[in-house]
Amino acid sequence: MTGPPSDLRERNLHMSENVIQTTNLTKYYGKTCGIDQINLTVPRGDFFGFIGPNGAGKSTTIRTLLGLIRPTGGQARIFGLDIADNRKQILSRTGYLPSETAFYPGMRVRDVLRLSAELRGRSCSEAARLRRGQDCPATATLRREYDCSAAARLLCERLWLDPARKVDELSLGNKKKTAIVCALQHDPDLLILDEPTSGLDPLMQREFFEILRERAAKGATIFLSSHILSEIQHNCAHAAIIRGGRIIASGSVTELSRTSARRVSIRGRMDYNALSGVKNLRASPDGADFLYNGDMQTLLAVMAGGDIQDVSITEPDLEEVFLHYYGGHPETSPPERSATEIK
Amino acid sequence: MTIIKHELRQNRTAFTVWTASIALLLIVCVFLFPEMKGEMDSVGDLFASMGSFTAAFGMDRLNIGTLIGYYSIECGNILGLGGALFASLLGISALAKEEKDRTAEFLLTHPIPRTRVVAGKLAAILIQITAMNLIILALSLLSVALIGEDIPFKELLLIHGAYVLLQLELACICFGISAFLRRGGSGIGMGLASAAYFLNLVANISENVRFLHWLTPFAYCEGADIIASGALDGGRIAAGTALAIAGVIAACRQYSRKDIR
Repeated sequence: MTGPPSDLRERNLHMSENVIQTTNLTKYYGKTCGIDQINLTVPRGDFFGFIGPNGAGKSTTIRTLLGLIRPTGGQARIFGLDIADNRKQILSRTGYLPSETAFYPGMRVRDVLRLSAELRGRSCSEAARLRRGQDCPATATLRREYDCSAAARLLCERLWLDPARKVDELSLGNKKKTAIVCALQHDPDLLILDEPTSGLDPLMQREFFEILRERAAKGATIFLSSHILSEIQHNCAHAAIIRGGRIIASGSVTELSRTSARRVSIRGRMDYNALSGVKNLRASPDGADFLYNGDMQTLLAVMAGGDIQDVSITEPDLEEVFLHYYGGHPETSPPERSATEIK
Repeated sequence: MTIIKHELRQNRTAFTVWTASIALLLIVCVFLFPEMKGEMDSVGDLFASMGSFTAAFGMDRLNIGTLIGYYSIECGNILGLGGALFASLLGISALAKEEKDRTAEFLLTHPIPRTRVVAGKLAAILIQITAMNLIILALSLLSVALIGEDIPFKELLLIHGAYVLLQLELACICFGISAFLRRGGSGIGMGLASAAYFLNLVANISENVRFLHWLTPFAYCEGADIIASGALDGGRIAAGTALAIAGVIAACRQYSRKDIR
């Protein structure tokens, strides 16, 4: 979790402690399961990662939270407000970056940004008015950031986005940048980002995460959905893993990465069949490499009985942990576990 | 207001092209009248003796040799079919295009109630239909004045008014259907407008299928009836209005609870 929220957000409009809270949130499309009994808790100011492969239910969860689709069961609250009855209030304080960006044809980037600000109407200026009334230091920079158009200009400069370009002629990356500015220009309290970096070059990805960190430091809550695990590992404090529409693990990213499973690389020979808990075994004439989640004494005993020239036992990174949990058949979703249980 | 402005801006090319095309055809048609009038002795008999074809276009009940008779048949068909197609396309694409072009995710994640999206889009349709008809009426009156004919204001206004009602009815029905579609429905819109037009022609031909008049808004736009009675058919217009209102209610209800995928 990030540090305590700054003064700037502390006095913010009717904040509840948990910005996102879902209870058994379920969505079925006819008989097809989109998401099944999702329980998520994202505290205020958190940088939260939502991990899962394509089709796992990430976007369905996000679209349900945003009111684009109606849940068939369960409940969800954002800012303490039920999503079913408070869509407008929730969306006025939320910035959303969709995974696939599409804009109206014939418009320029600045028209799209202006349209987005105008659609926010009073909520944009109202938030600005409220914030200007704060005791916090009202520096020129601060005031500019609360003004949608000035904030948009600033973001366009940082992301190297030309507002005069026509959206039809933009590359995938520049379309993404336009969507990023739309999601950020009104300085939202909650940012929901669905696969945000697809199409962005590494330089822009770095700048984008820098902007996100700045927003998080000011107290914004960030919900980042991604299948790029390094993104989650480097930026998020907490994360949940979704598979087959169900949350299979959740907790702090450090805890999620710290499982009892170990990446074992050996040079030499040993009897792998004597071990249980071996996954992703890649054997070669010189040695082998595998993920081990069994009894350590047994592993050492089997290695002692073999002919080993060299060995390295390391903690797997999140990517390996993720593959470890997704290694089975997609249909057989394991029951939900907390990070502690996973250990 | 933002949605209305945005919709008008998005549709401005289509609006310009349709308005210009219908107006141009109408003007050309009016300018052909003096020439037609001169040949009416021979042509009038021909038009009146084409059996079903004559009945279908109401030429058995109208004198095509008079300006208003000629206008209600020739210009009425252009305005009727052109206006109906434009109105149907406006209505059918209004809501469905957001999902088809994947812009719904952008629009509906802003803090505006869906009912306001529906209201804004409907208002934009009504504004475009009204504006198109006002422009066409003005140019039509001007062209009648230019050929030196007396302007039969009452009949002309009644005919144009009936076509406005027809366009509004079709637009509202298509708007209702649009809320149920996930992909574009221009085929449905054009099909519906064409079906309504041809249904009226069929109903005009035979007494046995006269009841079909209740199924098509073209029935209350019949120039022959309007000129003969000097008024619009209140019953049929009421039925059309009920259908239009049903379309708008369906759009509101369906779009408010629709899953946007």
